[in-house]
Amino acid sequence: MSEENIIEVKNLVKKFGNFTANDNLNFSVRKSEIFGFLGANGAGKTTAIKILCGLLLPTSGEVNVAGFDAFKQRNMIKKNIGYMSQGFSLYEDLTVKENIEFYAGIYGVKRSVIKTRLNELVEKLHIHELKDEFVKDLPLGWKQKIAFSVAIFHKPQVVFLDEPTSGVDPITRRQFWDLIYEAVDDGITAFITTHYMDEAEYCDRISIMVDGKIDAMGTPTELKRLYNAQNMDDVFVKLARKQEII
Amino acid sequence: MNRFLAFLTKEFLHIFRDVRTMMILFLIPVFQILIFGYVIKNEVRDAKVGVLDFSGDVMTAQIVSKLDAANDIEIVDYYKNYSEIESAFKANKIKAAIVFEPNFAATFVKEREANLQIILDASDPNLANLLNSYISAISANYANEQKASQAVINVSIEPRMLYNENLVSAYMFVPGTMALILMVITALMSSISIVREKEIGTMEILLVSPLKPIQIILGKLAPYAILSIVNAISIIIIGNFVFGVPILGSPIVLLILSFIFILMALSLGLLISNIAKTQQVAMFISMFGLLLPTMLLSGFIFPIENMPVALQYFSYIVPAKYFLIALKSVMLKGLGFAFIWKELLVLLGMTSLFIGISVKKFKIRLD
Repeated sequence: MSEENIIEVKNLVKKFGNFTANDNLNFSVRKSEIFGFLGANGAGKTTAIKILCGLLLPTSGEVNVAGFDAFKQRNMIKKNIGYMSQGFSLYEDLTVKENIEFYAGIYGVKRSVIKTRLNELVEKLHIHELKDEFVKDLPLGWKQKIAFSVAIFHKPQVVFLDEPTSGVDPITRRQFWDLIYEAVDDGITAFITTHYMDEAEYCDRISIMVDGKIDAMGTPTELKRLYNAQNMDDVFVKLARKQEII
Repeated sequence: MNRFLAFLTKEFLHIFRDVRTMMILFLIPVFQILIFGYVIKNEVRDAKVGVLDFSGDVMTAQIVSKLDAANDIEIVDYYKNYSEIESAFKANKIKAAIVFEPNFAATFVKEREANLQIILDASDPNLANLLNSYISAISANYANEQKASQAVINVSIEPRMLYNENLVSAYMFVPGTMALILMVITALMSSISIVREKEIGTMEILLVSPLKPIQIILGKLAPYAILSIVNAISIIIIGNFVFGVPILGSPIVLLILSFIFILMALSLGLLISNIAKTQQVAMFISMFGLLLPTMLLSGFIFPIENMPVALQYFSYIVPAKYFLIALKSVMLKGLGFAFIWKELLVLLGMTSLFIGISVKKFKIRLD
């Protein structure tokens, strides 16, 4: 694997019985890149992410994440990635601080380190009072920000964001992207799935999955030029239409 | 290890923060045992009994005073005819009435037997049965004494109730309640707590984390194992101090037995959490799949020997049955491992079966 690529996937196939969820995927993600992983529901995105996170074993192919093999070193992969799901997945009956301490704890971050980083985070997000509130009392936007901060608290090499902005208003979404840019500036790679096509434009590169295959990949500008489209929404529609003609 | 500790801390925070969980874990067991203790009574205490004495001689008076002296019976009234008895029953003043035939003593001396009728309010069949046997026993005893004093050789039957000499119902319900509480609470709470993680989506995050699945499962189950042991000990102590249920066997054997039963209940909870997708479903399965069989088919309330054959066979798969047999052996008979190893083995076998199925289902879901 080349020095710069943090994720490298070659000929990845994943079958469930007769059903092929991932049909010969090939792509790579560079270090400190924001990689948009797009596709309709049921296109095989979730399966691919589960494999990249070390949750599922691939059927065949080569998969390398953060320098570790997805067949043999799944536990090492897990230690070096962060994950945030669309549910924001914080414990509502714990305070912000307790949530952070818990997730940092299960990632093996030392207590003294947790304390320093927690203080830094409190300063950065200005949550001096908020940190002792129960998560159930927080507005959605804050839950989302905290969930993201939790996902990168242990300083992973890659953070997987599975539809992290679903159900959030456009202004909050924009603020959330600022957090992602900041994390990427710190050297973290962001692997993100989304249904919002305007967000696809914020990515450095994107891939679009249709029926278990990657149909298009490149920078947003490249894809727009290729499909002769005004915006990413157009690209997506044209890809889907092409699918219908076949 | 630190990862696991972080997990345990979180679990205990969940438990101690949730008022409902705390109530189910600690208040309900205590209430349940106290309610069972004061409500379920098979022994008769001060049952009100009336007398219709057509004879009115020394002998009938002696029998009545013997009955009155017994702890269980209180003679409340004397009647002149049957219709007075009937109105006493209707007014719910008495539970039983005794009728002596005319010339009771004279007949007894002449014919060596005399008739005494017991009329019972059988709208409560259990009580009626018990009163019947008490009154019969006391009067038969009296008759035997009389005959013996007349120097006639007599056979008198004196039953002795082993392991529960006074037929105290606490001996039955304390072990039974313990089985019920440990089973339902342990399996219910642990399955709900696992299913909750699935429902709110945090299970996904836990699986992506470096925690191994076994650590997640142990972290979820361990707090309930600890709290269940606390529950088991409290129930034994309440049973002993409040209701006088003895602990004749070794307390260590008792603890090990309880712990094995708790392990079994936890593995059931794990299995339920594998099947159930929502907390409601988990609760439903625990309530109907565990509560009812544990109450009805374990021998807790109804003797297994009296059940229809089909239900007797079914009782073999009710784990609480084995726990109850072993628990009573240790507590009431003072027996040790040599006598309960079969039950322990069955419970351990069930535990590994449930864990086995859970692990298999878990792997299928992941692949």
